[in-house]
Order: sequence, then C-alpha cells, then structure tokens
Amino acid sequence: MKKIPFRGIKGLMKNHSLVSISDYSKEEILEILHSASEFEANPNRKTLDGKVIATLFFEPSTRTRLSFETAVNRLGGRIIGFSDSTTTSSVKGETLHDTIRMVSCYADAIVMRHPLEGAARYASEVSPVPIINAGDGANQHPSQTLLDLYSILKTQGTLENLKICLVGDLKYGRTVHSLIMAMSHFNPSFRFIAPNELKMPEEYKIFCRKCGIPYEETADLAGNFDDADILYITRVQKERFLDLIEFERVKNVYTLKNSMLENTKPNLKIMHPLPRVNEIDQDVDENDKAYYFQQAQNGLYVRQAIMSKVIFP
Amino acid sequence: MKHLQVAALQNGTVIDHIPADKLFKVFSILNLESCSETITVGNNLNSDTLGKKGIIKISDRFFEEDETNKIALIAPKAKINIIKEYEVVEKRPLELPEDVREIVQCPNPACITNHQPVKTYFHVINEDGKNMLKCHYCEREVKLEEVKIR
Repeated sequence: MKKIPFRGIKGLMKNHSLVSISDYSKEEILEILHSASEFEANPNRKTLDGKVIATLFFEPSTRTRLSFETAVNRLGGRIIGFSDSTTTSSVKGETLHDTIRMVSCYADAIVMRHPLEGAARYASEVSPVPIINAGDGANQHPSQTLLDLYSILKTQGTLENLKICLVGDLKYGRTVHSLIMAMSHFNPSFRFIAPNELKMPEEYKIFCRKCGIPYEETADLAGNFDDADILYITRVQKERFLDLIEFERVKNVYTLKNSMLENTKPNLKIMHPLPRVNEIDQDVDENDKAYYFQQAQNGLYVRQAIMSKVIFP
Repeated sequence: MKHLQVAALQNGTVIDHIPADKLFKVFSILNLESCSETITVGNNLNSDTLGKKGIIKISDRFFEEDETNKIALIAPKAKINIIKEYEVVEKRPLELPEDVREIVQCPNPACITNHQPVKTYFHVINEDGKNMLKCHYCEREVKLEEVKIR
C-alpha cells in the first residue's frame, strides 16, 4: 500500500495564498499583470485540467464570483462551492476553521468571500491549499486591486507618475485603500474627494506620508479632477454602515455627469469597481473616458493569472 | 521617617509605579487570578510622579521577560523589581514585545476574532513615531492608549 506523507501543522501553514495586496512585491504584481495580458490574448487554455476549485461566497457577489468561475472554466478546471451560505453548515454553527479544513479535502484551491474581516488570513493559516481572498468585509479585495492596476496600465501605458483622484466612500471602501497600497510602488499622487463623514482614514494618509506620496483632500467633486489621469469612483456601501442615518446623509453626495468631463485630460479614464448606483450618471457611459465595463472584463484575465500563480507558483 | 505603604517582600517580583487605573489590567495581563502564591496589592498609594499609583508584590514568583513585557502595552512606565532575600537583584526595563497574542481584544466589531474561536494576534508597529498595534487578521490599527484587555 502506498504510504501517504503526513502533512504536519507546519505544512498546513505553507501555501501560496493571496490574502492582501501587501502579500505581493512590486515584481510579483508586475508578473501578474504581464500574465494577465497573455491571458487576454489567449483566454482559453487547459492549464487547470483535472483541478477542482472551490468558490465559497458567504456574502453576495456578482462580478467577482462570475469572473473567478469563468476564469476556472476557461482554464479547464472544475468548480464546486456555494453562493448562499444559508444553505451550508455554517447556519448550524460550523466554524470557519472546520468549513475550510473540510473543503480543502476536496479542492485544490479555495476562492472565498466572507463578511468578517480577517477571515481570509485566518483561512490561509488553517488551510493546506491556497486561499484567494475575494473580499473579507471592508478589509481586503486583492484581485480587485490587481484588475484595477491592469486597467490603469492598459489605458495609460504605464503605472508610473500618475495623478489619481479617488472619489466617494473613502472611509469604508476597501478598493481605494488597497489601490493606495499597490500604487505606492509606482510614484503616484492622489486627490481624495469625499464628504467629511467618509474621509480617507488617517492610517492611509500616514502610509502616504511614509512613502513620500503627495496627496490632497477636498469635499468638492466638480472641477477637481481636470488634471487627473484616473478618476476612480466608488459607491457608498450601505452594508458597511452601522448607522443608517449617516448612510442616508451621504448616499447621494456625488453624481458624475458627462458635462463635468469637458475640461479633463484626453487620457483620463473613469474607473469604478461596480456595482454603481447613482454616483455615475448613465450619460457618461457613452463617453470614451468611461472605462468601468472594460475594467470588469479585465477582471477575468487578472483572475486567470492569479489562479495560475497560486496553483502553480 | 518614611513608612513603607506595603510590606517588604523576601523573594519574588514587585511591579511598582502602575497608574492606579491600570492596576487590575496588569493583574489580568499576568494572569494573577490563577496564581497560588501570596500576592499583595496596593492601589491609590501616594506617588510623587503619578499622583496615585498601584503596586503588586508577588511572593516566590519570577516572570519571564516575555511575560513582563506585556505590561508595557498598558503601563509602559511601570517598574519591575526582582527581589531575593529582601534585596533588589534586578531592575528590569519594560520593552514592547514584537507580537501580542491573546491578551488584547480587537476593537473592530467585524474582526473575525470577535466572532469565531480565533485567538487574537497583533503586531506592534510604529506610525509617525508612535507605537501602535495592528491586528494580524483584520489589519485594523489600535493606539496603545485604546487597547482593551480581553
């Protein structure tokens, strides 16, 4: 009988999970972006043939789940998992630890979205197979950050020395926090445009100062992005507010209209992690500067690249 | 003549200059509730530097540096004296540990450590010259003065 090697607790800790954008160096980020461009040129390959990927979505998702699942399908892998945790043993009180240990017996990698912050880091520590964080509450969403970087690189031809305006919910929006951390490798400058209640948290401003990244802050949108290369707009996320009165006060504070784009730079691109609600008027969609749907499409290629890196490091 | 406010110790550890409002947190950090040796606790004692201070004397108990360094989280100016035969044989400076496990509660209500049986784990970081704790899991940063002991 063939002896199966014992995988001790030390072995369990060693996998190639992607939990936070800070897990990747500048070189690794560039490697992912290069790989994504190759997948864009040729998205259908059978590199995951025979592999099973679990997608565990404890919180609702459309784009992220569909693009991860499409990425696996286009690479020839199989998907197991759920998109509604109320149909799983977690409603019976099963701990995340036990769910992860169980699923890792079946799958070669786990893509997970979870409402609790730190869930992905914890899962990566108890799982023998790689965890890809598809969002842990308001904390990290590294595949979104990488697709944002890919979109910036594709549209600007470089990641270096760009002026980026971040607009909307800068307090709870995890995409903008991760984008600051990722862009810190590329000498950017930022303008933070947010109402007082949703200002960029102090820790990210300290991070900018530490990295020597110039930033400005304002509460006014109109006229404050004419010098920008990227206008990155975020939704005010109702699900992150503990106080719904505060949400009502700020939910419609900015709406970008086509007429506001007249004096902007020709290379400007408008990005949004989607879904949008009222923050970008539909009349912007036909403007060549609108890039949010292509940005979502780029998510497929980037997630193919991520999947390949964590499974075949 | 100056009278000792708490009786002298023959052998053991004295933790002095604890801010009065931190005394029981220090007690808890060192897990003294489960200590079977004699413990003398004094609080709201007069102090020239602190106004009111606390002191804990633990007989026949000697702590590792890892243990006493945890006190630096909440009472960085506390003094640790190791006593042998009524003499102070070591005055131990407090140093913040690199990592803090289990004793601090994460202030983030959405952190996994507040919902699942996951032990808390913080890294000590320095932001703009100020020491802070960063949750290993949710990445939330906590000022030392806002640290809540579990």
